[in-house]
Amino acid sequence: MSDRGNDGPTPVERFIGGLIPENPVYRQILGICPSLAVTNSMEGALTMGGAALFVLLCSNVLISLIRPLLKPHLRILIFTLTIATFVTIADRFLAAFLYDMSKQLGPYIPLIIVNCVIIARCEICASKQSVGTAAADALGQGLGFALGLMSIATVREILGFGTWFGKWLGWRVIPTAPAEVWSPWIIMILPPGAFLTLGLLLGVFNILTARRKSA
Amino acid sequence: MAESLANPVASTSAPAGPAPEEPAPALTVAPGPHIAYGALTTRRMMLDVILASLPLVAVSLWVFRAYAAFQIGLSVVSALVAERVFVALRHRSSTLGDFSATVTGLILGLSIPPAAPWYVSVVGAFAGIGFGKIVFGGLGQNIFNPAMVGRAFVMIAFPAAFGVATYVAPGLSADAATGATPLTALKMSGETPPLIPLFLGLAKGSVGETSALAALIGGLYLCIRGTAAWRIPTAAVIAMSLLTGAASLIHPSPWTVAHHLCAGAFLFGAFFILTDPVSSPLTARGQWIFGAGYAVLVLMMRVLSGYPEGVMFSVLLMNAVTPLINRWTVPVPVGGPVPERK
Repeated sequence: MSDRGNDGPTPVERFIGGLIPENPVYRQILGICPSLAVTNSMEGALTMGGAALFVLLCSNVLISLIRPLLKPHLRILIFTLTIATFVTIADRFLAAFLYDMSKQLGPYIPLIIVNCVIIARCEICASKQSVGTAAADALGQGLGFALGLMSIATVREILGFGTWFGKWLGWRVIPTAPAEVWSPWIIMILPPGAFLTLGLLLGVFNILTARRKSA
Repeated sequence: MAESLANPVASTSAPAGPAPEEPAPALTVAPGPHIAYGALTTRRMMLDVILASLPLVAVSLWVFRAYAAFQIGLSVVSALVAERVFVALRHRSSTLGDFSATVTGLILGLSIPPAAPWYVSVVGAFAGIGFGKIVFGGLGQNIFNPAMVGRAFVMIAFPAAFGVATYVAPGLSADAATGATPLTALKMSGETPPLIPLFLGLAKGSVGETSALAALIGGLYLCIRGTAAWRIPTAAVIAMSLLTGAASLIHPSPWTVAHHLCAGAFLFGAFFILTDPVSSPLTARGQWIFGAGYAVLVLMMRVLSGYPEGVMFSVLLMNAVTPLINRWTVPVPVGGPVPERK
C-alpha cells in the first residue's frame, strides 16, 4: 500500500486541529444531536464521548486501510456500513458492561451511525491519507468531541443536579440546601438547558478565539 | 404614536383626476421611526410604565405586605445589576438611565408568587435581561418580552416555587396560609370565588396580578398617554369577553365572563406586558390581531392545558409571531401599494 499521506496535514496537525481549532462541537457545529441530548450528566457525556471516539478511531483506520479500493460513487455506502459495524459493537459492549448507561443513553448510541463528525472525518481525512494520519485525526476529533460534550455536561450537571460525576463518584459541588436557600435548576436537565448552555459556551469559545487572533 | 392607515380614498381616486369638491386626503402616517417626535423617548415611556404600575404596587403592598416589598425590591435590584453587568460585558456605556431594566424588574417582581424563595427573582432577572434582551443585542432588538423570558426560565427551573405552597393568602398576618389561586382551584375542583374580591385584588395570586381594578387604572393611564398601544388591550378584552360569553351561553357555568377577565394575570398581561413596544406589532391591524390572539391563547391554556394560567406563555407565543403579523399587515401607503421588489 503506497503512502499518499504527504499531500495533506501531518498527523500532529490533524490531532491538534481536532482538539480546539477545529473542535467538532464548537467549530464545526457537528454532532449537535448528542451534544444536546446526553449532556445532562458527566457520565452520559463521557460514555457518549468514549463510544464516539472508539467508533471514529476504528472506522477511520479501516477506511484508511481500504482507501485504494474505494469507488467514488460507492464511498458513502462503505463509510456508513463500516461505521454501523463499529457502532453495533460499541452498543452491545455498553449493554453488556455498562447496562445503566446503555439504558440512559437509549437510542443515542445507535444514532452514532448518523453522527456527522464521523462520516465527515472518513470523507475529509481517512479516505485520502495514511493510516497514521487517520488515527491521529480520529484521536484528535474524538477527544475534541468528548471535550465539547463534557464542557456542556459540566455546566448542566452542576446547575441541574448540584453534582459532578454524581452517579459514579458522588461528587457534590453545590451542597444540598433547603428549598428557601437554594434549589437545583430543573431547566438545566431539560432540553432548553442544553440549548442555552451550548449557545453560551459557543459564545465564550468565539470570544476566546477572537481574542487570541487579535492578540 | 401609530395612527390609522393611509386614507384609502387617496389611493383609489387617483385616476379620476382632480375633483375640486373632495376634501384634502388626511396624511396620517403609521409605523416607522419618526425622529421628530422628540417627546416620546424610551426614558419617558419607561417612567410612564413605572408610574402606571403604582396602583398595582400599592395593592400588592397592601395585600401581601412584606412579601410584596421583598419580591418587587429584589427583582428590580437584580434586574439593574444584571443590566449593568451584561452591558459592561458588551463594552457598552451604561443603559440604566433609560429605566428599561427597572421596568423589566418591576414586571418580573409583580408576576412572581409572593412567598417564592429569593433566588427565583434573582435568577429570573438575570435570565430575563441576559437571555431575553442582551443576547439579541439589547433593548429594541429583543424578540421576546424580557420579563416573561425570565419568568418562563424560573418557572421551568424551579417548578416547586410556582406551586400552591408559595401563593400566600391575602391578609395581615405574616404567617398567612398558602394555597391554590382561584384559577388553580377552578382547575382542580371547579370552585368559583366571589367576584368583588377578585376585582379588588383580595385573592391569592402572584404579587401584582391579583387586582383587576389596579391593572385597569394603570392600563388606562398608559393608553391615554400613548405609551401603550390602546388597540392591544382593547382587542384582548373584547376577544376574551366574546369567547367566554359564547362559551357561557352554550355551557352555563358559575365562572362568568367577568371571572375570566378579573382572575389571574389577564388584565395585567394585556395592559402592561403585552404592550411592550419592542415585542408587539407596529401596525394598527396587527395590534388588533395581536391582542385577540393573546386572549384566545390565554383562554385555551386556562381551559385545555395542564397549567391553570396561560398569560406568560401566551405573551411569549404572540411575541414569537409578531414579525409575521407585521409582515401580514403592512399598511397601504398613499398612492397605492408598494410594488414588489425583486
